[in-house]
Amino acid sequence: MKDFDIFVLPFNTGLYFILIYCVVRCVIWFRQLSRADKLRLQRGFFGRAFGQSLKEIFMESLIHRRILKSKPVLGYMHMSLAFGWFLLILFGTIEADIFGAKHLNPPYRAIFFRFFNPDHGTTGLTRIWSFWMDLLLAFILSGLLLAVIKRFIPGVVGMKKTTRHKPADRIALTALWLIFPSRLLAESFTCGAHGSGSFLTGTTGAWLASFLPAETLAYPFWWLYSLSLGVFFILLPVTRYMHIPTELFLIFMRNSGISTGDKTGTFSEVQIHSCSSCGMCIDACQMNFVTGIRYMQPVYLHRSIRNDEDITEIAHDCLMCGRCEEVCPVGIEISAVRMIQRRNKTGEPLVKNNWMGYFRNRNNVGSEKSDTGQVYNLRNGREVKQADVIYFAGCMTHLTPGIKEAMMKIFRASGEKVWFMDEEGGACCGRPLMLAGNDREARELINYNSEIIRKSGAKTLVTSCPICYNVFRDSYYLEAEVMHHTEYLKHLIDDGNLRFNYSGRKVVYHDPCELGRIAGIYDAPREVLSWVADLHEIPEREEKGLCCGGSLGNLILNPSKKAAIASDAVKRLTRNNPEMIVTSCPLCKKTFSQVSHVKVSDIAEVTADEIAAVQVRKPRRPASVSLKVMVKQLLE
Amino acid sequence: MNKFGFTLSVPRVIDYDKNDRSVADLIAAKEPTFRLCIECGTCAATCTAGNFTDFSLREINVLLRRGENEAAAEKINRCMLCGKCILVCPRGVNTRNVLFIARETLSKTNGHERL
Repeated sequence: MKDFDIFVLPFNTGLYFILIYCVVRCVIWFRQLSRADKLRLQRGFFGRAFGQSLKEIFMESLIHRRILKSKPVLGYMHMSLAFGWFLLILFGTIEADIFGAKHLNPPYRAIFFRFFNPDHGTTGLTRIWSFWMDLLLAFILSGLLLAVIKRFIPGVVGMKKTTRHKPADRIALTALWLIFPSRLLAESFTCGAHGSGSFLTGTTGAWLASFLPAETLAYPFWWLYSLSLGVFFILLPVTRYMHIPTELFLIFMRNSGISTGDKTGTFSEVQIHSCSSCGMCIDACQMNFVTGIRYMQPVYLHRSIRNDEDITEIAHDCLMCGRCEEVCPVGIEISAVRMIQRRNKTGEPLVKNNWMGYFRNRNNVGSEKSDTGQVYNLRNGREVKQADVIYFAGCMTHLTPGIKEAMMKIFRASGEKVWFMDEEGGACCGRPLMLAGNDREARELINYNSEIIRKSGAKTLVTSCPICYNVFRDSYYLEAEVMHHTEYLKHLIDDGNLRFNYSGRKVVYHDPCELGRIAGIYDAPREVLSWVADLHEIPEREEKGLCCGGSLGNLILNPSKKAAIASDAVKRLTRNNPEMIVTSCPLCKKTFSQVSHVKVSDIAEVTADEIAAVQVRKPRRPASVSLKVMVKQLLE
Repeated sequence: MNKFGFTLSVPRVIDYDKNDRSVADLIAAKEPTFRLCIECGTCAATCTAGNFTDFSLREINVLLRRGENEAAAEKINRCMLCGKCILVCPRGVNTRNVLFIARETLSKTNGHERL
């Protein structure tokens, strides 16, 4: 029995290279973390996050639960390759340890076990073990077969479009695909020559040995097996397969409470490397399935960042609707990563590759110049009124005056003291500037608006535009509670301050991206609508809601393509022939109105039309005062 | 000869041969809808930033087309990118992108530090 053979060298080189590389990379990444994030990671390591991460790594990285749920065949394909390979390595190592010549073998003894123990697996327990190992190999090969078919016919696994890969990725993919068939053939030839092996390798081996010189053919296939493993490991850091080691790190970082934030840093880089280029985001993207634009989806964005390409156009050509983030099986914070690229105004790539792409230098974004002074000079003294509730219509609502009027009607009916902050027109909220990556200018508008809101002494800020809502909630530091008008309406109904007539009209509700996926408000509009109309749902709702196409997130998309996206969305919304499309974003309303054959209304307009003539209101004054008034009235 | 305190004013002529129209060409190449603009001024009428300052997208458009880039660069940063102008444009010009490209280009070419 031999102990070593020269053919294991490619595998050994690759394996030790990738292990050392991963350790070095993790150390570099860890060192580049901010102090707070380092502490989070340390706390996570000794806390609950560690256990959670192990569980998540098992469920997502090996079993691929999320993909299995949405696309079972695709999930099976990924599971067989990841989980199957993992089990093969695990049981191979145990096998080599128990049945090999000695304990604690070097890894190659487990991987090439059959070569070093050709007669193994003919009696007793070893037979069962051999059967199990063959079963695992068959499991992987079935997944591999699906993967090969998927390359040519993506529909087999439930995908419409699959990713277009770069040459390096293709070479690594070929190496990966060769690993398992070459193992099968190498083991089969060896088994055939020695009369060992179980149902797969044994049967194939016996058949092959019947007409081929198995003993001489086995050796080249062992070489091929070792070479394909070596090539795969060496190429791994510069291809998409880097996601295999990186995802483990990502899951642990995420569970420790680290998030992307607005600056370049380890976490965004880890996320970019964790993208497996599976291409599920391509199918979810409306720009793909409506307008056929297929170069800017997250999979290509991440790859271009990894490959040090110019991504200015890719970064800006996106609706920022967040549909891709919902389907991403890795859970990458795609929009945040893209926003970081938009903030890069230097024109230079954020990542520069050194050492043929194996190591990177990073340009840091986020350290804005502060000596550039004011841009807008917004210092004209507008009159500020004192009120409990202030209403900020926003730019887009001023273009859809129906919503403004409806809100005024609702405010009058509610009896609350409301000041219309931008009745005469106000400054923009700042989010459009942020979406274009101009945070510093946005900050100027934020400061201006904040001061007005603070001076008014408001406790509640109501806005009609979800775009404004998000920026007020996330980027302003306000004492007032920020409410979108859907939430405000729900609040009025819950408090019994507003009653409606039920119209019974058949309506469909469109979830605006900004209010739905970004702000996470799905229930309030549905509850409000159920008071006044007969709400019908479509499959594309809540997290799966469509983008109207008018999004301010995309600077590049031309108006005709935006209209195409809007028409497609309207077609899907009106599948059940509703009387009206109801939405809660002035921009969605405006965009849909231009292409829709059905009436498009804002939720404020629908409810304002149905305000009951008689409002039974809770007493607004303290009980004693109202009693006095009642007695007075009675006496009169 | 006495000068009486008067000077000849610089001729207020727009010299298309001397003006640098490369910025306008670049914008038109990147955003072809720029050529559709008829300078009607609807964008300027609805403008959120125009409510506060003398910013006017129509003016910027005119200046860029004439190649008066310095004058445009001085005013262009006042835009708040809110996007109302796209919605009202009767010609379907992607105004927000026109302005965005102009801003990026002018900030690079004119040594304009902002952005």
